[in-house]
Amino acid sequence: MIPSISSSRFYRVSYLCYVLLFFIFLITPLVVVAAFSFNDSLFPSLPWNGFTLDWYFGEHEPRLGLFHDDALLESIGVSVQVATVTTLASLALATCNAFLFEREQFPGKNFLYVLMLMPLVVPGVILGVSILVFSSTVANWFEVTFDYDIEALRPGLVLVALGQFAFITTIATLVISARLRKFDVTQEEAAMNLGASRLTAIATVTLPFLKPALLGAGVVAFLMSFENFNTTLMLVGSDAPLTIAMFDRLREGSTPVLNAVSVLLMVGSACLALISVFTQRPEKE
Amino acid sequence: MSAGPGGSFSRTQYRLGFWLLLAPVVLWLGLLIILPHIDMVLVSLRERVASRQYEFSFSNYITFFAEPLYWNTFVRTAVMSIVATLLTLMIAFPVSFYIAKVLSGRPKMALFILCLIPFWVSELVRTYGWMILLRETGLISGALQWLGFIDQPVELLYNDAAIMVGLIYTSMLFMVVPLVTTLDSLDNSLIEAGYDLGGSSWHVMRSIVIPHAMPGIMSGCIVVFMLTLGNYLTPTLLGGKDSLWFTEQIYTQFITRFNWEQGAAFGILLLVLSSLIVWAGLKVTKQSFTRVMS
Repeated sequence: MIPSISSSRFYRVSYLCYVLLFFIFLITPLVVVAAFSFNDSLFPSLPWNGFTLDWYFGEHEPRLGLFHDDALLESIGVSVQVATVTTLASLALATCNAFLFEREQFPGKNFLYVLMLMPLVVPGVILGVSILVFSSTVANWFEVTFDYDIEALRPGLVLVALGQFAFITTIATLVISARLRKFDVTQEEAAMNLGASRLTAIATVTLPFLKPALLGAGVVAFLMSFENFNTTLMLVGSDAPLTIAMFDRLREGSTPVLNAVSVLLMVGSACLALISVFTQRPEKE
Repeated sequence: MSAGPGGSFSRTQYRLGFWLLLAPVVLWLGLLIILPHIDMVLVSLRERVASRQYEFSFSNYITFFAEPLYWNTFVRTAVMSIVATLLTLMIAFPVSFYIAKVLSGRPKMALFILCLIPFWVSELVRTYGWMILLRETGLISGALQWLGFIDQPVELLYNDAAIMVGLIYTSMLFMVVPLVTTLDSLDNSLIEAGYDLGGSSWHVMRSIVIPHAMPGIMSGCIVVFMLTLGNYLTPTLLGGKDSLWFTEQIYTQFITRFNWEQGAAFGILLLVLSSLIVWAGLKVTKQSFTRVMS
């Protein structure tokens, strides 16, 4: 069972085969998506007609490549905007939360902590519809009372960002809290003994210490926002983020341009993953 | 020394700091989590009697129980989510054990990271990969023809097995990570001691490894179950029009039929089911919510 316990050759070989099969199962769908982005065919399916880069650089229908497909490029832009706003907002709040839960003692703290974890156990679709219902209740009330329609509370990018922010903040809080817990408070006290105000001490001593966690949480938050589907689906208005645009095309049955987008996403995620691995490394010493 | 003259000042500053920290978290949870859910409960408990005229009523819940389609979809979603969770656990456990206990050093890190890679990529892309593999003109159908098992293309998409494969694939990470973490913390000498005392492999597994891994198994199962129950993308794309997933009913009521009262009732029912099963899972294994979540 473990290397120090002897086991039969048959057992070891079949165990290894199982693990290999598992990894083939994990990798195959991604390899297939990537491979068919280079297939010289109008459909992402067999037969293999040879290699082409049309699905990246093709300029005309029906072979409109990713880099000339304005609708897709625009939706990527929308996703980047939403993800940037969501990431910055959730990092700011998560840092406050980390200080609140790690440093302060107050009645009802445990209850608030459990509440803070709640967004993780609410299915994304339901989080989306609940925010949709509540925001339109507020907007309707405003319209009736003040005769003014708050555009931001109707389905659209503001609501999408709010919906994603609602649960991404919890994840960011967990990451940043874990790092803050390791911080030695005496360092901050030393800074204050040397004449720094509390805020200066936090800004010059504590926040630099939190930097790896902030970066790590930022990468995760950006990816989660960029790739979010369930919550976004319920709150989206006329501007579609990339996941929604891709979903619509997938249902219609699209050309391999979607494979090209997927490859772009894989490259993007890989870069972000490298950034987070790179920034997390020093703390392992 | 520094606390001398500045003592009372830093104390008021500290109190102000506390309220400044508390305010955003209360606003966040209040405005984006608590009030929306309360409002959803209120909306689910009303019935439109005329334009902009509503009355308190349980009719949306009565409709749910009276209409077999809704009721069946609900049960079907729950049962398939439980099956998917158990299958994910059974597939992931041996792999996690291999990574945590059989391997060590660099191969261990490499394989663990390899497990995580697919999940850096959007769920949409992963599901798309399965569509290309399973569809009639897809790779698996092509491979089966080439091998001579079948003589014409076969449609493997749009059935429950396809949904199940997609759900298991999508959930794998959330099972492997907690399992590897807990199994890794199990001391090898405990397993050796089990063998020395004459235990069989099965016995050692059942009375040493699995009890030790229970927190990981539980948190993996809870997260996978919730994600599966609330999944919309995978059942819709891999199951086609007849996938009958409960989140699709919610979507239809809200977006297609614009019957928000009914949709809200469905949402509450799904939320209650999900919370009940999470709660029951924690009770049965005596785990605490905050521990499993973080």
